[in-house]
Amino acid sequence: MRIALFITCVNDTLYPRTGRAVVRLLRRLGHEVVFPEAQTCCGQLHYNTGYRREAQKLAVRFVETFADADAVLAPSGSCAAMVRDNYPRLCAPGSRLDRAAAELAPRVHDLSELLVDVLGVTDVGAYFPHTVTYHPTCHGLRLLKLRDRPYRLLRNVRGIDLRELEGSAECCGFGGTFAMKNADVSAAMAADKARNVAATGAEVLCAVDNSCLMHIGGTLRRQRAGVATVHLAEILASTEQEPARL
Amino acid sequence: MSPDHSSPGAGHAAQDRAAGHATFLGMLPFPEAAERAVGDSQLRHNLRMATRTIRHKREEVVGELDDWSALRAAGKAVKDRTLRHLDTYLERLEAAVTAAGGRVHWAADAAEANEIVTGLVRATGETDVVKVKSMATQEIELNEALAQAGIIAYETDLAELIVQLSDDLPSHILVPAIHRNRAEIREIFRDRMAAWGVAAPEGLGDDPRALAEAARVHLRERFLRSRVAISGANFAVADTGTMVVLESEGNGRMCLTLPQTLISVVGIEKVVPTWSDLEVFLQLLPRSSTGERMNPYTSTWTGVAPGDGPQEFHLVLLDNGRSDVLADEVGRQALRCIRCSACLNICPVYERTGGHAYGSVYPGPIGAILTPQLRGTASAQEASLPYASSLCGACYEVCPVAIDIPEVLVHLREEVAASPGHRAEKAAMGAAGWVLGGERRLGAAQRAASAARSVVPRRMPGPASAWTDTRDIPEIPEESFRAWWRREGAAEPAPGADPAEPGRSGGDEEGGRR
Amino acid sequence: MSGSRERVLARVRAALADVPAGEAPEDVAVPRDYAPAHDQGETTALFAERLEDYKALVHRTPPEGLAATVARALARRGAGRVAAAEDAPEDWFAQAEAEVVRDGGLDVAGLDRMDGVVTGCAVAVAETGTIVLDGGRAQGRRALTLIPDYHLCVVRGDQIVAGVPQALPRLSPARPLTWISGPSATSDIELDRVEGVHGPRTLEVVIVE
Repeated sequence: MRIALFITCVNDTLYPRTGRAVVRLLRRLGHEVVFPEAQTCCGQLHYNTGYRREAQKLAVRFVETFADADAVLAPSGSCAAMVRDNYPRLCAPGSRLDRAAAELAPRVHDLSELLVDVLGVTDVGAYFPHTVTYHPTCHGLRLLKLRDRPYRLLRNVRGIDLRELEGSAECCGFGGTFAMKNADVSAAMAADKARNVAATGAEVLCAVDNSCLMHIGGTLRRQRAGVATVHLAEILASTEQEPARL
Repeated sequence: MSPDHSSPGAGHAAQDRAAGHATFLGMLPFPEAAERAVGDSQLRHNLRMATRTIRHKREEVVGELDDWSALRAAGKAVKDRTLRHLDTYLERLEAAVTAAGGRVHWAADAAEANEIVTGLVRATGETDVVKVKSMATQEIELNEALAQAGIIAYETDLAELIVQLSDDLPSHILVPAIHRNRAEIREIFRDRMAAWGVAAPEGLGDDPRALAEAARVHLRERFLRSRVAISGANFAVADTGTMVVLESEGNGRMCLTLPQTLISVVGIEKVVPTWSDLEVFLQLLPRSSTGERMNPYTSTWTGVAPGDGPQEFHLVLLDNGRSDVLADEVGRQALRCIRCSACLNICPVYERTGGHAYGSVYPGPIGAILTPQLRGTASAQEASLPYASSLCGACYEVCPVAIDIPEVLVHLREEVAASPGHRAEKAAMGAAGWVLGGERRLGAAQRAASAARSVVPRRMPGPASAWTDTRDIPEIPEESFRAWWRREGAAEPAPGADPAEPGRSGGDEEGGRR
Repeated sequence: MSGSRERVLARVRAALADVPAGEAPEDVAVPRDYAPAHDQGETTALFAERLEDYKALVHRTPPEGLAATVARALARRGAGRVAAAEDAPEDWFAQAEAEVVRDGGLDVAGLDRMDGVVTGCAVAVAETGTIVLDGGRAQGRRALTLIPDYHLCVVRGDQIVAGVPQALPRLSPARPLTWISGPSATSDIELDRVEGVHGPRTLEVVIVE
């Protein structure tokens, strides 16, 4: 299958290793990855902060860039949710953008949805000999409703020791500009999340969203907790021949 | 006894107590108020214990009903139907209450409502009234208004009693004293009960049973002799004129049954169309609220029942900003709220700040969308509330009438962002929009960031310190993903796949929107 | 307030400018596909179990055992004087040693001196463990079941319905109703439920099958 990669602005700029892992993983599974270079950002930051006009412009760009794609992979749960859940709210009902966004939305997937639902695979032949705990992320859990998809993928990874995370459904406190505007509450939430992560004894925290991982990881690193934060794609791309580095 | 001849002592006592009344006026914006709360370990402990307890209870009893989502959809739709035709239902309610022997009063704002209630109490000649917990009367600060008129309002709900005795402010919709633990409540009872009536017993312990018993003894005589009661209502049935009050302790029944005169102050959004609509809400509310299959007591009454309960009933219909909320097509859904407080109990922000940080009788996620709509976003305090959320969506998930709180929060952020001020943020958002507006600009910004990667300090000055005070920032990579893709990523073909770049990938021209 | 009625209604109407003029309330669809009743077990057993969850005392008896059950309950409680509605059946108390005071307008102080009250009910809801009083036969006015600290309620099997949707059509909103689910309780201290505040602190239910 030919899959259009929407890398997302955060991954593009700060986490290219996640993008490279996605490319490696999908090619290993025999699929073609294309990267429409006109892409930039889904507009989530602007939308969530109350800047609708700017968000609309970015939505137009996204929809035009990916209009022809058979399947769009967004390796960020919240960006996939932005397109599916919030684009309809950004568009005037019945407008051209509204129709185009509605038409495109069902083809936009998070990584676990793409693998499990579209490509029909739960064992991707990965090898990752580490103790891992998984944070479901709010948008993955409540907007995309990923349910057990990421766990099914992780359970089939060879060598993995998967630990259950206490309070996993609770927000890490990132919330985009929330982390800056309400830094104290955000930090308190991150501290509790970090405590729960540390309590699992895991050496790796995994999620489908690097922005949440940036937040929890930034907290864990400040504490010198020795827990690595790794996107699901990187675990699934890891093999015995080419193991992921922490 | 006419009010003008009321004993000066009673009036004095009321005034004295009113002087100690805490108020939500002049509260700090949310981030500053939250900073204090987050640093209060005792408060954090109390809130963590209480919210976790109630979350689990709710989850269990909601899980028992396999048609919960259908009930939720029905609850939402019944409320939407009511709100879209609110004028019709209000007139219907008025007619039904009047026909059943009640009197209906209309109050456009808090001042009018307070004036009406004060006048009604004065007309009875009483200077003491007992109160059933009611959000609407807290919202309009009725107790303070009554005190100004020499009338003492005695709160009878246990949590309201705790708040009143300690000159505190409510911090939760259902459990206004949730921020207090048993040891603190014991102290309050021991130190303050005597000033308000029957003193706490000698040697009062901190066992909740003993504390509940102390409240029973403290209020017993007052219930038995009070002649005027003030309540709110959870629901008002338009077709039949029936008021519905859900409660647990029996203080509601006492107030609704024993006095001669009953005054109910009810927000105009509390109307439901028909008696049978209660089959939805009587299932949704208790399970969402206290996490019980049913609350211990629910009272319903229609006007006046000869020989049973108050022989004089007044319904005060309160607008006080609700029609403004109604006018906002996105924000209107906040009026569906049935005040269960499930959104507070699940909210990770509320759990860490408590209710006072929200500067309103409506705290938590619902408060963050209701308060700015009721009061406007002109002041810094109200303007800060729509940002008091990480948009995690847990509130929407548990809301029994499916209020999409994150949607309304974002909508209100737009309103705030569109108002004057916020120049730094507007500049930053504008700059980000410009960079993201074209892939070349984004690429250039990424190259600049990568070039500066070695000189980015771990702790940043200025606004960025909000992040770096508690969190490390990620390392900036040597190259962005798109730089890697151009350099070598695109060149690795999939086995047997066409390596040519498809789609619009060639269109790397700035502003090339067609 | 004079004029406020019109002002509030006018504001409400102005706020609803987006609602099409021709739209009737019924045009706003309300999906009613929730269950009319939940299959959570046989109603009498379920009712008893749910009441016990609330820390109510529950007995089940055939009609011929009712008088003995009531007598035993009152004796165990140590209730010497209990109130009852004027139309409460005489045979409920046939074996009771307690003095039964019929409510012919007892004042509040009089009610407060009672050791308890014995009533029937209008409807009971199994799923939620609720008894509903409507002031009808054997129930009396609301104050009767409020002031005494002990409430013994006799529920006939045919009065028990499965769920809330079955209860409402059996009740008249014109009558003052009291829905009782266990003894009075509070969760106001640390959200921990404690039974027994202002309403009767002990609820005992006799189900007649």
